[in-house]
Amino acid sequence: MAEQPKKEAWGSRLGVILAVAGSAVGLGNFLRFPGLAAQHGGGAFMIPYFVAFLLLGIPLGWAEWTMGRYGGLRGFNSAPGIYSTIWRHPLAKYLGGIGLLTPLIICMYYIVIEAWCLGYAWYYLTGELILENGTPEKYNAFFDKFIGSNEDGSLLRSGGLLSFLGLTFVANFFLLYRGLSKGIEEFCKWAMPIMAICAVFVLVRVLTLGTPDPAKPEQNLMNGLGFMWNPDFSKLADFDTWLVAAGQIFFTLGVGFGIIINYSSYLKRKDDVVLSSLTASAVNEFFEVCLGGLITIPAAFMFLGMLQDNQYGTFSLGFKTLPNVFAAMPAGRLFGCLWFVMLFLAAITSSLSMLQPVIAFFEEGLGLKRHASVALLGFFTAIGSALVVYFSKGMLALDALDFWGGTMLLFVLATIQALLYGWVLGIERGERAAHEGAHMRIPHFVQFMLKYVSPAFLLIVFAGTMITKKPDDWKTLASAPAARISFGFICLVLLLLLTLIHIAGRRWQAAGKLSETAPEKDGAK
Amino acid sequence: MTILGWLMMIVSVGSVIALTVFCLYRVFTLPPEEVADLDVAPLRIDTKDTQDPD
Repeated sequence: MAEQPKKEAWGSRLGVILAVAGSAVGLGNFLRFPGLAAQHGGGAFMIPYFVAFLLLGIPLGWAEWTMGRYGGLRGFNSAPGIYSTIWRHPLAKYLGGIGLLTPLIICMYYIVIEAWCLGYAWYYLTGELILENGTPEKYNAFFDKFIGSNEDGSLLRSGGLLSFLGLTFVANFFLLYRGLSKGIEEFCKWAMPIMAICAVFVLVRVLTLGTPDPAKPEQNLMNGLGFMWNPDFSKLADFDTWLVAAGQIFFTLGVGFGIIINYSSYLKRKDDVVLSSLTASAVNEFFEVCLGGLITIPAAFMFLGMLQDNQYGTFSLGFKTLPNVFAAMPAGRLFGCLWFVMLFLAAITSSLSMLQPVIAFFEEGLGLKRHASVALLGFFTAIGSALVVYFSKGMLALDALDFWGGTMLLFVLATIQALLYGWVLGIERGERAAHEGAHMRIPHFVQFMLKYVSPAFLLIVFAGTMITKKPDDWKTLASAPAARISFGFICLVLLLLLTLIHIAGRRWQAAGKLSETAPEKDGAK
Repeated sequence: MTILGWLMMIVSVGSVIALTVFCLYRVFTLPPEEVADLDVAPLRIDTKDTQDPD
């Protein structure tokens, strides 16, 4: 099929790398990774982590970048279209529905979390988050009230979070409306360096704290670093450690989100995908290991001592534990503000990337103009976010969307893409496609890993994650009304997307863009 | 902080920094993109308002 004329394109080589890295860098780099590492063997956790990074994360990233550009050269930027160019079967486009559903569902609750970060940054700026005689209980209560965790619908009365949510929505959809190059790319070119500067400021502050409380000499920098990095090799015998490390790699690199395949579809034939993919992954790892790994847990230890099990969770660590740290830290208000500004920037570069795949589908599948696409997507996203905001008690709706969208669908989509690359596109064709315009070569054995090891490993990790989930969590997902409504909502969105994909498929066929029975010609113009 | 802790931290952080520097060095030392390539990038916001979707 001939290459279709495209209006959207990346403005520069660095721009696309920063956009993909920005999409990958999120709250997980600074809050999820350190908590998991400290809980699963400290420095020893890095062994399964780097194994998963080298054997799965980097290869799957190469595969996704390659498939995205492959589809883009054939005139498609959305998962339904791209999958149809790889698997010439009528069902392929419907499979692409998962590639739209996954980022959309994740974005619906991620935008709410983004608003939490913006709110906390603002409260540090105004000084409201330096509580008088602040105790851990007071900071817990502040967070619970701010996110409405005590009662469903309480946010509709208090309204504090809603104004930040409104601002977050406006920022996201304004940048989306600006377009790929002038909106997302331009923003990431500014946001990524600012994020790095904020993180380095906080890192320098943490590394120069010494012994913050002379009355507790054991809570010093060296012991804080030791708490994070001293290895407990016995944890390597625990299957769960390997499972968690592999899960973190998928989560942090954005493999299986349906984002990379969309972003790389805007590349041209002679653009590099191999070096770009590796660079985006490396930048993400820099934020995670070098900044996240040295800041969060050591800082928490220096001020709070040994953390309890319930203090390691992403939200607990970020929004309950760290405010205690900033309160006790000299110039804590400034560093608290910088920290949450950084988290907000990390979150917004990720949420933008989750919305773009659906925008691309609305434009190319339904022929909508950009303002109509942005408005329609804004409406859908607002419904999902409203669900999270209303059913705020115990964060049940958020947790349910996170489980079905951010865990289940993520694994399903990653597996679909691994199978598409290894078994449908084929590793020979995939290798040729990856090396077009490449500035470095992928070792040949990686192709065999992509065909055999990656799908098998994904299935093992997926099964392991399901099996190790606590029975109480399953019970909550099955019985809590908010969790059931959230599941029903996901099904409705899927149904709607499948209907729209059906309409798009008919339009593509009528326009001659999609020839599901035509033999593949290896190479678009 | 034990010696093994130092070792794990230095190896982990060092290898990530080395990979990042290597990649960024390769990216920044590539030949500049051709002017013709840049022409395909939108110079202003393309809202597609002037195009008929069908």
